[in-house]
Amino acid sequence: MEIKRPATAGTLESSDCQVMVEAGDGKIDFSLDSAVINQYGNQIRKVVLETLEHLGVTDVKISIVDKGALDCTIKARVEGAIYRSVNQTENLPWGGAIR
Amino acid sequence: MINAVGREIPEEILKITGKEVFQGSHHFDGYEYKKQGPVTKCVINSNGSKLVDNIHDVLVKCGIKDGMTISFHHHFRDGDYVVNMVMKEIHEMGIKDITISASSLGKAHEPLVEYIEDGTITNIESSGVRGGIGEAISHGKLKGLAIMRSHGGRVRAIESGETKIDIAFIGTPTADEYGNCCGIGGKSDCGVLSYASADADHADKVVAITDCLVPFPNFPAQISMTKVDYVVVVDEIGNPDKIATGAAKPTTDMRKLMMADYCTQFVVNTPYFKDGFSYQTGVGGASIASTISLAKIMKERNIRMRFGVGGLTKPMCDLLQNDQVDVLLDTQDFDLAAVESVKDPRHFPISAGEYANPFNKGAVVNKLDFVILAALEVDVHFNCNVVVGSDGMLTGAQGGHPDTAAGAKCAIVIAPLLQGRIPAICTDVTTVTTPGETVDVVVTDYGIAINPRRQDLIEAMKDVDLPFKTIEELRDIAYSITGEPQKVEFGDRVVGIIESRDGTIMDVVREVKPFEFRSKE
Amino acid sequence: MNPNKKRLRRTMMFLNAQKPGLIKDPYIYKPDSIMLDLEDAVAENQKDAARFSLFHALRSIDYRGCERVVRINGLDSPYWKEDIRCSVAGGCDSIRIPKAETKEDVKLVESEVIKAEREFGRPEGSVLIMAAIESARGVLNALEICEASDRLFGIALSGGDYTKDLQTHITGTGIELMGARQHLVIAARAAGVQCFDTVYTDLNNMEGFRQDVETIHLMGFDGKSIINPRQINTVHEIYTPTQKDIVFAEKVVKEIEEKKAQGIGVFTVDGKMIDIAFYDGAKRTINLAKASGVYKGDL
Repeated sequence: MEIKRPATAGTLESSDCQVMVEAGDGKIDFSLDSAVINQYGNQIRKVVLETLEHLGVTDVKISIVDKGALDCTIKARVEGAIYRSVNQTENLPWGGAIR
Repeated sequence: MINAVGREIPEEILKITGKEVFQGSHHFDGYEYKKQGPVTKCVINSNGSKLVDNIHDVLVKCGIKDGMTISFHHHFRDGDYVVNMVMKEIHEMGIKDITISASSLGKAHEPLVEYIEDGTITNIESSGVRGGIGEAISHGKLKGLAIMRSHGGRVRAIESGETKIDIAFIGTPTADEYGNCCGIGGKSDCGVLSYASADADHADKVVAITDCLVPFPNFPAQISMTKVDYVVVVDEIGNPDKIATGAAKPTTDMRKLMMADYCTQFVVNTPYFKDGFSYQTGVGGASIASTISLAKIMKERNIRMRFGVGGLTKPMCDLLQNDQVDVLLDTQDFDLAAVESVKDPRHFPISAGEYANPFNKGAVVNKLDFVILAALEVDVHFNCNVVVGSDGMLTGAQGGHPDTAAGAKCAIVIAPLLQGRIPAICTDVTTVTTPGETVDVVVTDYGIAINPRRQDLIEAMKDVDLPFKTIEELRDIAYSITGEPQKVEFGDRVVGIIESRDGTIMDVVREVKPFEFRSKE
Repeated sequence: MNPNKKRLRRTMMFLNAQKPGLIKDPYIYKPDSIMLDLEDAVAENQKDAARFSLFHALRSIDYRGCERVVRINGLDSPYWKEDIRCSVAGGCDSIRIPKAETKEDVKLVESEVIKAEREFGRPEGSVLIMAAIESARGVLNALEICEASDRLFGIALSGGDYTKDLQTHITGTGIELMGARQHLVIAARAAGVQCFDTVYTDLNNMEGFRQDVETIHLMGFDGKSIINPRQINTVHEIYTPTQKDIVFAEKVVKEIEEKKAQGIGVFTVDGKMIDIAFYDGAKRTINLAKASGVYKGDL
C-alpha cells in the first residue's frame, strides 16, 4: 500500500493513542511518545511494525503519541490512519491484512 | 548482598551508610539501645523573650552553618509555606550542604529543586518526595543519598541519634510567645502536630513558626514550650484551603465501589471483626467507601469499634459522631471534619512515635486489627511499592504503610488491577517498600488474593462467596490484557535508599535512564 | 436454533466503540450483554476509525461470557454494510438494527449477515439479530419484525427517538411510552422472542430508575438497556428471583408433576390455587434463578 496523503487516527484520551502518518522517504520512520514507554515501548514498536507489514506498507513516516493504549487499540489506530491516508473505507480485508 | 526480600543491596551502599540489609520485620524485636538526647540551652532568665522578628534572624541565633540538618513536618500538606520560606532564607544566606529531614515533601515544595541543583541541599531524608523533587533526585541531581523512611522509621532514626537534627522548624497554627504550639485555634488549622513531636524532643534548636500568636499559656499544648527555643510570627504559614480540604464526596465510580464492597465483605468475615475491634484506613475513594459500608454493617450487627487511628477523614470522624467508635487516635487530619473533631474529648492527638515507631516499648500499630492500604504495585510475593512510579521516578511516600502493615493483624491492600496499561499486580515490584510477609490480602477489581502465609485467613474465607484467586492468577490476568511489561531500566548510580522501619535497607533506588529501543532482532 | 437465542439478557449495556478506555474491560461489571455502538455514539467523521477499534476489541478482548452485540448504523446510512462485514469478521455474537420499521429491514440485514458469515468463515446462523424500534411505524409493525427472521432474538424500544416521532418527549412518568411498551411485549410474546425496554438517562435518580425497572419487570420485559455500570445491580436484583420465589416455584413444579400422575388438575400450594397453567411460569423462574447463579436446589 502506498501512502497518498497525511492522515491521523485516535485521540489523546487515557488508554487511547494518536497515530499520524504521511509519505516516508523510502523507509519506515517510526517515532513514539508514550506514557508507558519503559514497560511497553518495545512492544508498541513491534505491534506497529507488524501491522504495517500486514498492510503491505514499507514507506511511511509514522508518529504515535500513546496514553497507555493496549495492543488492540494500537493496531486499530495504525490501520485507521493508513486506510484514511489511502482513502479506503469499504471492502476492507477484515481478518486478512487486518488481523 | 541480597536481603530478606530478595533485593540486591550494593556493598558500597552498606559501607557508606553503615547499615545492614533488611532481615525480616521482626528481626530486631527485643533489641536494646540507648536513646540520643538533644543539646538543651537552659532558660532561667524570666525577662527574656523567645520572640524573634524574622526567619533570617532566628537562623542566625540558631547558629546556622554549612552541613546542618534542618527538619520540618508535613501537616500543612500541599498548602505548606514553611519549608519554602525557611529554605529560601537559608539559600539567600549562602549556606550549603544542608540535609533536610522532613516527615514528607510534596508538590508544594517545587522551589526546593533549584536548591538541590545548586548544592544548597545535598541530602534529603523524607517519607515521600513527590513532583519535581522526586524527578530531580531520580535524575541524580542530589549530591548525597535520598533516604526514604516510614513515619515510624523516621522517629526511630531521630530517637536513636542516627539523624541528628540541628534546627527543627515547627510550623504551628497557634503558638504563644513562649513556644506552646497547637494544631487548632488559628487561621490555618491542621489539627495535630504528631510528626513534629520527635523533632521537638531531640533537635538541638527548635523554632516555632506561626501566623497566629495567642496569649500565654496556649494549653493544652501539643508541643511544649519546654522544648522550644524561639518563636517567629509570619503573615501566613500556609494555604488553609489546601491544608484541610472539604470532605471528599463519596465516590460513584462503580469499579471503586466494587472493590470497596469486596474489602468490606472480607473484613466482616474475618475473626477479628467483633465488638471492640480497631481499624485504620486511607484516603482513597475505595477505602473510604469501604469504611462507610462497614459502618452500616457494624450498626446492623451491633458491633462497636474500640479505636480508629490514622490520618483521619470525615467518615472516621462520623463514626465518633454517631457513637460507633469509642476513641479516635489522630496522627494527621486530611479534611475540615477531622480538624473540627480534634476538639472532641474522645479524639486524641498521638505522636508519630506513639503511632508507629518500632524501636520504642510498643506503639499503637501493634494493637491494630485492620488496616486498609493502597499501593502503586504489589508483586506475587505480596511485596508493595508505594514510592517509585511506573516510569522509575521517585514519586510517592512510604507514610505509615510499612508500619501499619507490620503491626496490623489483617493488612489489606486495595488496588485496581490495571493503572492505565500498567499492571498493579506484577511478578516483581520495581522497588520494595513494604515486605510481603506483612501484607495479608490484596483486593482488586478482578478478585481477591490472600497471602499463603495466612492459612488462617484462607480457612476463615472457606465458605465466603467472594472472587478469590491466587496472586499469580491476578498477575496473569493483568498480563494477558496488557501484555507482559518490561522492567524499567535504571542507570548504575544509586540515588536513594528505601529504609525499613528498623533502619536496615529494604531496597535501593537508582538513577533513571532515558528509554532506548532494543535493537531489532 | 442458535443456543444463544434465548440466553439471559437482563442488562444490555451500551458502550461507545470509539472509546478504548471503556471497551477494554466492561465485563467486570457483569452485564449480560454489551452493546458496542457504531451508530449514535460515534461522530460522523469517526465511523471508519470506530470499525477498526471494534474489530480488534472483538478479536482480542476476552469478554468472559458477556454477549457482544454491535449496533450498526441505520439502513439509511452509507455505513451499515461495512459495519456488518467488520462485526461478523470480528466475531460478534449479535447485530442490533437501529430504527427498524418493517420486516424488509430485518431481511435486508439478514442477507448481508449471511453473506458476511460465508465471506469470513463463520458457521451459518452463528450471528443473531435484534431490532430496535424507534418510531410509531416500527411499533405497529412489531409483530412482522419479530417474525422476519429465525435469527431475531428480540426487539428493543428506543424511547428517545420514538417519543419524538410521537411528537412528545420523555417525561419520567412513563406515560409517553405506555403504548409502545405494551405493544412490544405483546408482539414479542406472540412471536416467541425477547423484548427489552429503553434506557433511563437520569443517572443521579436511582430511586426513579428502580421504579422504572420494577414497572417494566411487571409488564413482562426480559431486560433493560443501560448506559452506565451503576445501573446494573438494580436490574439484576429486580430480575433475580428471591429465595422465596424460588422455593414456591419448586413446590409448584413438584406438586404439578406429582398431582398429574395422580390425575388431579387443580390444587393449592401455600394457599394459592394452582393448575397446569402455572407450570411454565414456575419452570421459567427456576431457569432464571439458575442463569442468575442463585439456584441451589436440585430441579
